[in-house]
Amino acid sequence: MEWEVVIGLEIHAQLATKSKIFSGASTAYGADANTQACAIDLGLPGVLPAFNEEALRMAVKFGLAIDAEIGLKSVFDRKNYFYPDSPKGYQTTQLHHPIVGIGHIDIELEDGSSKRINVTRAHLEEDAGKSVHEGFNGMSGIDLNRAGTPLIEIVSEPEMRNAKEAAAYFRKMHSIVTYLGICDGDLSQGSMRCDCNVSLRPKGQEEFGTRTEIKNVNSFRNVERAIDAEIARQMDILEDGGKIIQETRLYDADKNETRAMRSKEVANDYRYFPCPDLLPVIIDDNYVEAVRATLPELPDAKRARFAHAHGLSAIDAAVLAANRELAHYFETAAKIANDYKLAANWVQGDVSATLNRLEISIGELAVSAEQLGRILQLIKDNTLNNGGAKEVFNALVEGKGDGSAESVDKLVDSLGLKQVSDSGAIEAIVAEVLAANPKLVEGYLATPEDKRAKAIGPFIGLVRKAAKGVNPQVVMDVLQKKLSEL
Amino acid sequence: MHNKTIAEISRDLAAGEYSSVEITENLLSRIKQTDNRYNSFITVSEEQALAQAKAADARRAAGNADAWTGVPMAHKDIFCTNGVLTTCGSKMLSNFVAPYDATIVENFNNAGAVSLGKLNMDEFAMGSSNESSFFGAVKNPWDTDRVPGGSSGGSAAAVAAQLVPGATASDTGGSIRQPAAFCGLTGLKPTYGRVSRWGMIAYASSLDQAGTITRTAEDSAMMLNVMAGFDAKDSTCVDREVPDYTATLNNSIEGLTIGLPKEYFRSDLSAEMQQQVRNAIAEYEKMGAKVKEISLPNTHLAIPAYYIIAPAECSANLSRMDGVRFGYRCENPQDINDLYKRSRGEGFGIEVKRRIMVGAYALSAGFYDAYYKKAQQVRRLIKNDFVNAFNEVDIIMGPTTPTPAFKCGEKTADPVDMYLEDIFTIALNLAGLPGMSISCGQVNNLPVGLQLIGNYFDEGRLLNAAHKFQQSTDWHLKTPDLKNQADI
Repeated sequence: MEWEVVIGLEIHAQLATKSKIFSGASTAYGADANTQACAIDLGLPGVLPAFNEEALRMAVKFGLAIDAEIGLKSVFDRKNYFYPDSPKGYQTTQLHHPIVGIGHIDIELEDGSSKRINVTRAHLEEDAGKSVHEGFNGMSGIDLNRAGTPLIEIVSEPEMRNAKEAAAYFRKMHSIVTYLGICDGDLSQGSMRCDCNVSLRPKGQEEFGTRTEIKNVNSFRNVERAIDAEIARQMDILEDGGKIIQETRLYDADKNETRAMRSKEVANDYRYFPCPDLLPVIIDDNYVEAVRATLPELPDAKRARFAHAHGLSAIDAAVLAANRELAHYFETAAKIANDYKLAANWVQGDVSATLNRLEISIGELAVSAEQLGRILQLIKDNTLNNGGAKEVFNALVEGKGDGSAESVDKLVDSLGLKQVSDSGAIEAIVAEVLAANPKLVEGYLATPEDKRAKAIGPFIGLVRKAAKGVNPQVVMDVLQKKLSEL
Repeated sequence: MHNKTIAEISRDLAAGEYSSVEITENLLSRIKQTDNRYNSFITVSEEQALAQAKAADARRAAGNADAWTGVPMAHKDIFCTNGVLTTCGSKMLSNFVAPYDATIVENFNNAGAVSLGKLNMDEFAMGSSNESSFFGAVKNPWDTDRVPGGSSGGSAAAVAAQLVPGATASDTGGSIRQPAAFCGLTGLKPTYGRVSRWGMIAYASSLDQAGTITRTAEDSAMMLNVMAGFDAKDSTCVDREVPDYTATLNNSIEGLTIGLPKEYFRSDLSAEMQQQVRNAIAEYEKMGAKVKEISLPNTHLAIPAYYIIAPAECSANLSRMDGVRFGYRCENPQDINDLYKRSRGEGFGIEVKRRIMVGAYALSAGFYDAYYKKAQQVRRLIKNDFVNAFNEVDIIMGPTTPTPAFKCGEKTADPVDMYLEDIFTIALNLAGLPGMSISCGQVNNLPVGLQLIGNYFDEGRLLNAAHKFQQSTDWHLKTPDLKNQADI
């Protein structure tokens, strides 16, 4: 039978507020256990929540970025369940009246086309703490530093049809929230986590199949792999005439398989009800418009501008616009050089290769955008040839330079990379090379006219070896002239 | 000096009649000698009280004293007190020392008041007789075979037994007004949002309100002056100017329109109770007030709605008492579920468990609309009844309770019978209105309470009306015959 895959994602993104959603404690990552949990975060008797308006502003910003309806009245609810890292015995979240309603984003597919994925809703809620199971002699430790960190949970419609689309959606959401500056996007620290709902149905059938939910997948690659593994598992069962059990599963990246976590057959009853300690959050159109005025250029708009106004290929534009920092780096260098295409080639080429090789992010690269811009300027005015430019770039990567554009010029000087374009100087070098290699000259002269273009190659190599930084075009011209005079 | 009111003590301290340390020592020794009869205190914080009294006397000597400097009082054990045990009347919190002060505790500390300790209460404020406390029942000083009312029974008994001149209390369905009525005292439950809930251990968040139990309306006004005000730590607290509540106590009540809800003078209310209340109304008429019969047609729905909403909220509010981070934890838990089940099973008393279960049931999937949502709709109807009534009248009056103080153990076997105790008081909490109870007579030598209900944030008018009554009658001055009780 032919199967259709149905995927919906729930993404939790931690908002980059300084303090927690309902308390004044810091949200900074990595502090000693329970040092960033105040009485409110600990859920002590008698404490009350006070809503952090910065979290509201960020959530509205997100809603506007995905062209969503903004909830002018949103209501916090209590979701009741007992778990040691949930200190109050309930999570404060938004059930019926979320801050962000129906919206959408477009994802780019491998064939270059794009697909619209609708977002059902995004709501504000508080993160839980962490249970630590090792190092306590068989007992568990609780770290409540993370408890109360603001989250938005972004719920997609079940509109993705394969794992690649799901990964593209996750990437796009990552790109949007980091562009907005509302989430640091650090997947390794859990700043963004993804739950994947996966089901299969016979192609053409309207009714959804039974779904499973893969919890807490925390990388783009694992989203794709986990979903593919789950699709394969479900297909095996269905092909054998079996039934899928609705349940929560975990992805084991080492074994590349999903496994059951807990059964959802008997659905948990969370006994939601409106939180009586918090007033409904009421905002008006003026508030929304004031937030809209703070929106930065978003990835889609930037991509379109790169392609249309600056002539980049669709793929280059997409890759360069996807990451806010990379896009900023690229565009800074491109503006200095006044050449977007040249800058795109470099950022996609040497810069990306260096980032991959060193496993660093663009922010950690020793070559500043200003320095790259200066290198590109020097290429354009023929001061540097391509080889020289790479040498300067690599020297900067190794830390030779102080971040300033001037240090590029100093390096060009100290490394003797300035390209020689003066034909007089080059004529002298060519003359030397020809005099020193009579056999090569003989061979050249014996070569038929129509094959001489290729035979000139070794001379070019020798000239460039004899003098670094000579302009190859001038060398070619002088060589051709000198050899034809022989 | 133990029979003095807050206002009198304040004046005496200012006049140098005695020092704060002297009256504090006097009351502390009185508590030691007599409170074994009433069990009104859970914790007596002697050391802290004396330190505060000394500081107050020093402040006075330095010429920086004001109305509250050095005046003794005590807090219901529902309010968190930094460094002092805060139990909420429960085994669950029998070892809980709060690391912070409730806003109102901080307010009294800043005003220079001396806190003598923490007062007994029904467990987590759930009860109308103060028999559900883990620290034992509280006895009514008017008759120690009778209950003092609840849940603020410790606050009422301590004031009636003249162990403190005034006490903080809290009221979710009548927990200030009913014990005040049973003990012949003045109880004030302010408008929801008038006083911060920060640090008051939550029973039902949308109904809970901190207030006072004192002997006079003047003292209530002095206490409310300290307690009322905006607090950013409580999102439901209202940012609204706080008047000086003592300034309007003596205003004339000529022309005041009093509404008498016909539903509050039901046929099953005893003739004696009716008579006491009617006598009080007649007194008001003598002072120039006008009386008008009104109707609050949804009164009969108040108790059913309350017993959905309050348990629903408490079922979530009490989830944090899980034995993980503070409070009671069972011995040798086998795993996390065992820890939860036994800590909560052993830590909570029967009434608390009953309400948690009712609340969890009312909120569960499939029942939410039929119970919780419906109760919220009823709540709106009840509120509308009052809004309509206050279009016609300035103040509403009626009995605080159906009967005077009942016998210990009389209603413990039948929770519904106990719940009906709050028939006249509960509607106010659902509506969020302010209310008072003042002593207005006696039946069988037991005090009878007159309930005064005001419009939103109209505490000034309530206190004014109560004070005027107390100026022209002496019911509030009547005290139990403490001397006749054995071993005092």
